[in-house]
Amino acid sequence: MSTKIKINSQIFQDSDNIYYPKDEKEVSDLIRELYKKDSPTEIIGNNSKSFIGNKTQSANTTSLSKISGIIDYRPEELYIKVKACTPINEIEKVLSENSQELAFEPIDFGYIKDGKSNKGTIAGYLSSNYAGSRRFKVGSVRDHVLGFKGVNGKGDIIKSGGTVVKNVTGYDLSKLIVGSFGTLVALTEITLKVLPKKDSSKTIIVYPNNFEQIYDLFNKLSSSSSEISGAVFIPEQSNDKDFSGKRNTVFKFNDLKSNISFVAFRVEGDKISIEEKISNLKKELELSNPDISTLDVYQSEPFWKKINNLEVFEKTKHNLIRMVIPPANGSKLCKYLENKHNYFIDWCGSLFWIEVNSKKEEKIKDLKKMANDFGGYLTVIKTSSVYDYGEPIFTVDKVRLMISEKVKQSFDPKRILNPGKMYRGV
Amino acid sequence: MSEIALPKIDSSILNRKGEIVKKLSNLTNIENILSEADELRPYETDALSVYTQTPLAVVLPENTEEVSKILKYCHSENIKVVPRGAGTGLSGGALPLQDAILLGLGKFNKILEIDYENKCVVTQPGVTNLGITHAVQHKGFYYAPDPSSQLACSIGGNVAENSGGVHSLKYGTTTNNILGVQMVMMDGTICRFGGKSFDQEGYDLMGLICGSEGLLGVVTEVTVKILKKPEVVRAALIGFPSIKEGGDAASEIISSGIVPAGMEIMDKALIEATDNFSKAGYPRDAELLLIVELDGTESEVNELIKKVEAICKKNNCSSLKLSNSEKERLSFWAGRKAAFPACGAMAPDYYCMDGSIPRGKLAEALLEIKKLSEKYELPVANCFHAGDGNLHPLIMFDGNDKEQLRKTEEFGSEILKTCVRLGGVITGEHGVGIEKRELMCEMFNDNDIQQQLSIKKSLDEKNLLNPGKVYPILRKCAEEGRVHVHKNKDKFPDLPRF
Repeated sequence: MSTKIKINSQIFQDSDNIYYPKDEKEVSDLIRELYKKDSPTEIIGNNSKSFIGNKTQSANTTSLSKISGIIDYRPEELYIKVKACTPINEIEKVLSENSQELAFEPIDFGYIKDGKSNKGTIAGYLSSNYAGSRRFKVGSVRDHVLGFKGVNGKGDIIKSGGTVVKNVTGYDLSKLIVGSFGTLVALTEITLKVLPKKDSSKTIIVYPNNFEQIYDLFNKLSSSSSEISGAVFIPEQSNDKDFSGKRNTVFKFNDLKSNISFVAFRVEGDKISIEEKISNLKKELELSNPDISTLDVYQSEPFWKKINNLEVFEKTKHNLIRMVIPPANGSKLCKYLENKHNYFIDWCGSLFWIEVNSKKEEKIKDLKKMANDFGGYLTVIKTSSVYDYGEPIFTVDKVRLMISEKVKQSFDPKRILNPGKMYRGV
Repeated sequence: MSEIALPKIDSSILNRKGEIVKKLSNLTNIENILSEADELRPYETDALSVYTQTPLAVVLPENTEEVSKILKYCHSENIKVVPRGAGTGLSGGALPLQDAILLGLGKFNKILEIDYENKCVVTQPGVTNLGITHAVQHKGFYYAPDPSSQLACSIGGNVAENSGGVHSLKYGTTTNNILGVQMVMMDGTICRFGGKSFDQEGYDLMGLICGSEGLLGVVTEVTVKILKKPEVVRAALIGFPSIKEGGDAASEIISSGIVPAGMEIMDKALIEATDNFSKAGYPRDAELLLIVELDGTESEVNELIKKVEAICKKNNCSSLKLSNSEKERLSFWAGRKAAFPACGAMAPDYYCMDGSIPRGKLAEALLEIKKLSEKYELPVANCFHAGDGNLHPLIMFDGNDKEQLRKTEEFGSEILKTCVRLGGVITGEHGVGIEKRELMCEMFNDNDIQQQLSIKKSLDEKNLLNPGKVYPILRKCAEEGRVHVHKNKDKFPDLPRF
């Protein structure tokens, strides 16, 4: 841990001594000076996701929140170029005016943090790479980043990528930056691929009897030509009255029996093709009308917002885990979790959000072992107040850690940017 | 052979050839090592055949452990290694070096696992792109990226070049369609990035490897995503009286909210060349031909076709034909797919360029290329993946005429500079290799390139893996004033320069 130092740059500092560089040059000047003085800094945006990851081992804090604004939006070219800390809400608003969207469906972590919507900035989404329900169909945040500009740990302004989807010009650093939790560069500019928004959506609810049936449904859904763009399983957790109550309130819709376990899948498109897809899927899934419910567009849209706001875990005081596994192992994991931890499944069977009671921290180790055995990984997204970080919150093997250290070294040799945010030593 | 600067030859390695070959024969079956002149000849070049080099020896390992042992040995003895897949690369990425081992992955030709439940295929890197689709198509699945060389190119090469194809806008390129790789680093370390689950936590090392042109590691296993084939696929073949009207229609299709599965543009020169060659029935009076392919459910496709039709009519299309059967759809593509041989029939040689531009800049780019064609007195035909902005001008020339070859290279280089000027990039899918090395300075400044070299150095400290590719020769860039070298102090004095 280094001590706070006085820097020569005339960069605005607030009463908490947080630096607020106003442009790329100021970010570069600041980091160059911190580099010279061996003084690391935490990098933040609007603080919506800063609770994710380890506490950084640094005395300074740099906020990029003033680096905000849309630089260039070309609907016909399907890209938008923005300053790094442009709020997601602002980007979504301007895209929506042109019937376009960020197809990866940004998750709103504000609800689990303090019960209020706070989507934060696009730089925050790049840093964490957590995509919403549509991920299994359209790709993750990393699949929608065309290029970036930023400042590495030496203060050099660097760029990679461009505005076009096909590009093999040098290493694809955009991929490396996404999910790096601000440990490689302080982002200043981001170019994103945008896609047309679908006209409408409907959601079909099925009430399965057992775990095998859930995964049979997921498997058939992901094998269908009638593409779906979301599929979740919300279990009934009869042993936890608080959670059951919450779940019933969150998913209170006219056409949904929220007090029992259900699988929900979303079909998007124009109205005619939605009906055609639903009709095809009913045949493929052998579903008959009395057993299912249908959420029309007015219920379907808020339903998926609630999923992507993680509202069932609103203001959780426990540890919240995000586990990703190959779907074929999902039913085994369901059986393990049943009446043990509160959870729900997204990404058509691949993504598990699991709440682990603060008193059962040792259980995280068991879950991590399962994630590894199943060929996946887990991250402790939110830690309880008593979490002692004995179990690292990220999953990494020795070889990948060794390579990650080398990569970190190549961007940030003195570990100025967010040191320790992901792994100790990175 | 065209002249190109290559890394300085280490004569001590050449002198030790016998000893090196002997040592390698302890690391893999002796039959997997080729070292005689006639055995090496087939490996002297990849698909950028204007450049040839004879490698020190060719090694064709059979498994990951052998690759690891070979790389570890070469690392300890400072022997350079050039990895090679199927040798179909168009930018010289697998061009051998005289003092380097050429590491061929041709024996890694097995599909290891087909996992329908997890919608993926685990394969060795030498399996062809189309081989993966062939293995799963009986169940209605396919592997989405479809570079035009898909019959021959290997999936390992696709990872190295982040290959795309005509369906990239909707389905992405290789990086968006793989889930994991196993890779061996230059020091022999075997590592695994990703697997059968989505995304990775931590640094996306798989994303870094994809498109790194064999400079960071040797991929020995790839896990690819497979998709269910769409229910219906239809295509429209539309002629336009001018480049502008056709280009505008293509832009309007995208901005109207349609994401076509594929959208191709051909200019008049190519329409004539392909129609002569394959009798595709293209509208020969058109200045520009647009092929739009749409997929989805039946009603979805029909709805989209109607919208495309309306947009094209609004932009004064001169002809419009819709495919009414699978046979007819394939016939629309037949000419386009024969574009390269059609140009081959018109001139002794052709040089296929590859740049990306913003879709809306097509008319401007084609006009510029036309001017350059007149300036260099060389005919050119253009095809354009209008969905994703990837432009492939085909310059026709006679390779026996050294002056024409020189002019062709200069012409190509000017086209790529035009792409950058219009907001695009110097390579969409063929890679930089040796072909476009010097043009990297058009896109990147000193800081950008040094950051990339710094990554290379962190993973291959001795610069032994595929050296001389992708990154410009410093001296050349400095001559052009684009790389700033202060008081002759290089930021990375340890990195070999030539």
